Order: sequence, then C-alpha cells, then structure tokens
Amino acid sequence: MPAVSVWLIRGSLLYLLAGFTLGALLLAGKGVPIPAGLWHWLPVHFEFLLVGWLVQLVMGVAYWIFPRFGLTRAARGREGFAWLAFVLLNGGVWLVALGVLGDQPALAVMGRSAEVLAAATMAMNVWARTRASGISPM
Amino acid sequence: MPPLTRWFVKLSLVYFVAALTGSVWQAAGGPLWLTPVTIHLLVVGWVTGMIFGVAYWMFPKFSTEQPRGANGLAVASFVLLNLGLLLRVVGEPRAVGWLLVTSAVLQWLGAAAFVVNTWPRVKGR
Repeated sequence: MPAVSVWLIRGSLLYLLAGFTLGALLLAGKGVPIPAGLWHWLPVHFEFLLVGWLVQLVMGVAYWIFPRFGLTRAARGREGFAWLAFVLLNGGVWLVALGVLGDQPALAVMGRSAEVLAAATMAMNVWARTRASGISPM
Repeated sequence: MPPLTRWFVKLSLVYFVAALTGSVWQAAGGPLWLTPVTIHLLVVGWVTGMIFGVAYWMFPKFSTEQPRGANGLAVASFVLLNLGLLLRVVGEPRAVGWLLVTSAVLQWLGAAAFVVNTWPRVKGR
C-alpha cells in the first residue's frame, strides 16, 4: 500500500471515530439531557462521516488498487496530485466544520471549494488508471 | 472470503433493502422517527457494514499468524455495531431513552473495535 493511501485511509479511520463520537452523543441526547449547543455539531457529524470517512476512504483505496502503469515509483500516476488531494480534502473538512460552528459561511465556502479541488485532483490521477487490468506502458 | 465478511456483507444487504423499504414508507408520509432510522439503516447498516466486512477481507495482512488482526475485535465490531443499530430501530419509534443511549454506546464501541483492529493493517509492504 503506498504511503499516501496509508495517510488517506488512516485519516478516514480517525474521522470514522470522530463522526461516530458526535453521532453517539447526539443519539444519547434523545435519552438523557445533553447541552443544547451540541446539536450545532450535527452538520459536523455529517461532514466528518460523509467526506472525512467515506470519501477519503474511497480515495485512498482507489489510489492503492486501481491498475498501475508499471512497477516504478510513477506506476500510480503523479503521486504529488494524490498528496495534494489529501491536503485539500482534510483542509476542506476542517474549514467547513469551523465555518459551521463559528457561523462563518465564507469559511464553509472555502472548505467546500478545497474539497472540489481535492476531487478534481484525485480524478485527474485516477482517470488514466481506469482501464483494463495488467501492467502496460503509460 | 472469510465467514465474518460473509456475515457483514449479507446483513448489510438486508439493511439495504430495509432502508429503501423504509424510504418508500417515508415517501408515503411515514412518521417523523422514520427519517433518522432510514438514513442510519442505509449509512450505518448498508454502507458501513459493507465497508467493515470488505476491509476485514481485503486489507493487507497484519501478520502470518494473525492475517486479519485480532479476530475477537473483528467479531466484537460486527456484534456491537449491529446490535447497536437494531436497538436504535427498536428504540427510536417509542423514544425509549435507555435503549437509545445503549444503542449509541454499542455503535461507538463497534466502530472503535473496527478502527483498533484495522489501523495496524493499513501499512506499506
């Protein structure tokens, strides 16, 4: 498994835990009193689990298992693009979370924009690798 | 495919059908409690269960002796996640507080068991 996939997948596992923690607190709040302010975290629960966990996991696994171009370091396309996608996606998740919690829509827009760039960067990397399996020249 | 993966995948398929059946009821004007139940049957039961099962099967081996990590943790993640989700399905319509709190704790423990067991398997060669 390449290093960038390790970071993407381990990052996704951390968001799984963080997202489930928020979800558990909110669900428990239907049975026992919780601070009312906790419900402001509901969009963060969505963001952590949908983007941080699911999207990031898919990105990490796709970069790891899609057909390669050979056995060299460049076999998975431009590795720098994958690292850039990792940084943009995680930066985006936190900007969205901070924007929602701090009631700063501009931050959330910046975060979403970073996530779009992460998606485009990852798509550029994986696009050419979406082909028949087997090692073939680039 | 290891037996635990088969259990995860088959149960996730049951949740998939149940969630979309719930969404039909929802579209026909179902009760308010149905929305969170349907969403969580889909994203926890179907999507998360499927991922947990396939990751247990396909991720790099932990070691020769324990290729899929600690089996006890993996089984615990299956039991806790699914028991927690089922308690939510039972508890949400009647708003049974203790059932929902128990459900929250069990689902969190199930996710934590999966993360602890999977983390060391996410590695380079």
